[in-house]
Amino acid sequence: MEQSWKQAKAVFAGALGPPLFWLILFFIVPLAIVWAYSFGQNDGLTEISFTGTFSNYARAIEPLYLKIFVKSAWVAGLTTALCLVLGFPVALAITFAPPRLKTWLLLLVMLPFWTNLLIRTYALIAVLRTEGYINLSLEWLWNGAGGLAPLVGLQPLGAFTPLELLHNNFAVVVGLVYVHLPFMVLPLYSALDRLDRSLLEASLDLGAGHIRTLLVVVVPLALPGIASGILITFIPALGAYLTPDLLGGPDSQMIANIIERQFKRANDWPFGAAMSFLLMYLTFIAIAIQAVMSRNRGRAA
Amino acid sequence: MKKSDQSPPGPLEYLRRWPLQAWLAMVGVFLYAPLITLMVFSFNDSKRNIVWQGFTLKYYKKALTNESLIEAFGNSLTIAAVSTLFSVVLGALVALALWRFRFPGKTVVDGAMALPIVVPEICMGVAMLVFFARVLPWPQEMPWPLNLGAIIIAHISFSFPFVAVVVRARMASFNREMEEAARDLGAGEWRMIKDVIVPHMAPSLIAGALLAFTLSLDDFVITFFTSGPDTVTFPVKVYSMVRFSVTPEVNAASTILIAMTVVLTAVALRMQGDPAAAAGGHAPAAPRA
Repeated sequence: MEQSWKQAKAVFAGALGPPLFWLILFFIVPLAIVWAYSFGQNDGLTEISFTGTFSNYARAIEPLYLKIFVKSAWVAGLTTALCLVLGFPVALAITFAPPRLKTWLLLLVMLPFWTNLLIRTYALIAVLRTEGYINLSLEWLWNGAGGLAPLVGLQPLGAFTPLELLHNNFAVVVGLVYVHLPFMVLPLYSALDRLDRSLLEASLDLGAGHIRTLLVVVVPLALPGIASGILITFIPALGAYLTPDLLGGPDSQMIANIIERQFKRANDWPFGAAMSFLLMYLTFIAIAIQAVMSRNRGRAA
Repeated sequence: MKKSDQSPPGPLEYLRRWPLQAWLAMVGVFLYAPLITLMVFSFNDSKRNIVWQGFTLKYYKKALTNESLIEAFGNSLTIAAVSTLFSVVLGALVALALWRFRFPGKTVVDGAMALPIVVPEICMGVAMLVFFARVLPWPQEMPWPLNLGAIIIAHISFSFPFVAVVVRARMASFNREMEEAARDLGAGEWRMIKDVIVPHMAPSLIAGALLAFTLSLDDFVITFFTSGPDTVTFPVKVYSMVRFSVTPEVNAASTILIAMTVVLTAVALRMQGDPAAAAGGHAPAAPRA
């Protein structure tokens, strides 16, 4: 049984004291200052006065910025949906793989996840850019085809125009899916692995097809895992900074990029602080929705 | 999938059905093609590196003689090592306190410890920026490695709650009768912690340390907001190189880091045992995107 803290005060204080002190000083206090700034206003270049104004929040929900919030949520939602579609069959295959192969497949999913995020993003840039591997391969094929075309009596092909794969919203979504796919596959796998297989076998024996079994038996049972996969993918995608920054174009800014600009270039800390806290509230709302849903499910079961 | 091809696949052997195999192959290509091309072309003797021009190590030589890149890498390793040390100690202490004791406000402490895991890292980044600019200005001209202090503090703040999660998961399997036995045999509080609890924690301390090390080495956003002009880490350096252009030199540096990651992951898995068990046990570490 857990012990009351009064029984061993010295040990208790020694164990909880340092980490709690650290958390408060180097995490809670900085966040509290940002929170306070979000109600302040700029006086001159570096002075910020705490006036208790809500004008920063009012500005953050002006159409210009509201559009970016909506767009970020849309991009993060699309990313999550794509990860779910791509990841679910993978998780299913891993779950029902023979043990040795299972270990290797899991390792293959986890390895990119352990690789430095910047390197993965950089690898995507190298693939997608105008002189990237996709475009150079296409150009090579195009020129090869162009050389062959006159031989078979066709018009020669024109000059190759590279596809614009980088610096647009397409690249941002590809990048986010690329980065977050393991986040989706692992919770899905751990939910599917806990399923009672005899239920699936029963469904198949009773004449349901694989698709029907999947939709009627597997998905409802794996719902908690699906929900946590969605949450664990959606939250970081919503606050993503690096991917839209490096892969996106001028119109693919997400919330985090706007926040960064307020703090580094525009030097409007109060407004950036308000944006940060709006992003934080959105995150907490997403977590709360998931918590409430899983509690309801628990009660129903 | 080799010898078993003779019999028709069983009802649940999804891996032996071709649509699923094709899907797996597609996802595999999506995940690995960019990384593998990056690694292969780091050995290619050509600037415009789509056509294979022959094997070369010159970009490795260039990357390894690039002083600012090496310095950034050294900074990253130093930061990761120091932050790991602190994170493991703080994380283990939290886990111990929350596992062992009943106290008023426990739910609040528990929730607060989860905050650094769930708060978007851009928010934590700006919080650190503001904190070190206004509350605790970190002196600029400190000798190395003290100039890395601000980054190290920020890294500890987001790493140690992860260590706490890992250690607590391990402590759930502790048999409390061991504690009673130790007490009956006359061990005091400290003795019991040292000889009974810490040995049980040990595997999770190693796993937590590896997690903290990777998180620190991988972090870009929070470091980006806390680093100054002379405290550049590897990801921040790569960021500025990537913004500028794509060069075989960055390919080479990346390949070295990927190889290191593979080795570290292999070591981590040896320590943790079966990844299937590890993945089923708890959700993956939060994303630091």
